[in-house]
Amino acid sequence: MLNPVGRAFTRDRLDAPRSRRTAAVAAIGPLIVLAGILWALAQPDRLPLLDPDAHGFWSLAVEPPLLVLLVGVFFHRFIASGLIRDLYGSGVG
Amino acid sequence: MFATGFLVLAACLLAQAIVGDDVWNRSAWRRYFFPGFGFVMGLGMWGVAVLAGGSTIHLLAHCTWAQVMMLAGGAHLGLARGKLQHRFWPLTMPLALGVSGLAFLGHEEHGWLYSRSALVHHICGWTLVVGALFPLGAAFRPRSHFFRLGFAATFVVLAIALFALRDSGPVLGNVPSTARGDARR
Repeated sequence: MLNPVGRAFTRDRLDAPRSRRTAAVAAIGPLIVLAGILWALAQPDRLPLLDPDAHGFWSLAVEPPLLVLLVGVFFHRFIASGLIRDLYGSGVG
Repeated sequence: MFATGFLVLAACLLAQAIVGDDVWNRSAWRRYFFPGFGFVMGLGMWGVAVLAGGSTIHLLAHCTWAQVMMLAGGAHLGLARGKLQHRFWPLTMPLALGVSGLAFLGHEEHGWLYSRSALVHHICGWTLVVGALFPLGAAFRPRSHFFRLGFAATFVVLAIALFALRDSGPVLGNVPSTARGDARR
């Protein structure tokens, strides 16, 4: 069984104008995740978890690239999927 | 943490601009999410004002900030609920952005290239001051994609700048030693 994002992409071929909006909304989360991964790779020193002994509590609690990654996952999982479902249910082109 | 909050808001505003208000407001929690999140971030700003320390001007800037964020968040919660209907209530958002921008610029006493921290403060301040024009325009032309996307882009720039604030690297490699210490804070 396909999730809402998967169903939306399957229907994209039949509904071009709406598919652009769907694709744009569905791309936001993965793009944020990608940005987080690229940032972690480009600046591993921003991940204090890799060297926990050298950092205090707040540095370990707040890992910027991981937070960016989590924002992308949160948006895709909790906002984009419902939004795409509503976009198809609305009849807005 | 605030950078993360602004990134969430930016993603939501971008999605709202793409799908339009009709689709976005179909879900009650989505309708209240942006203003509610802004209100909670305003509450959190009181914690930053109290715990961050620093000078009186820092305290005043953060307290002003907290108040305008809560005002804008609360007003937009009222608008989303339908309790507030006067057409001037949406102007609380440009007010919040403008005042926040001036607070950023006002409590940074150093020049643009003094340190990474100073550079980020100036970028955030001017981004907010210029960004205030987008919700101002959207208050009078609510269907305009330009103003909506500009508003979302303001939060994207703000999130990127705030994430950079914690980076301890020098600005252009010629930062005075005192400034490096300031940037690490």
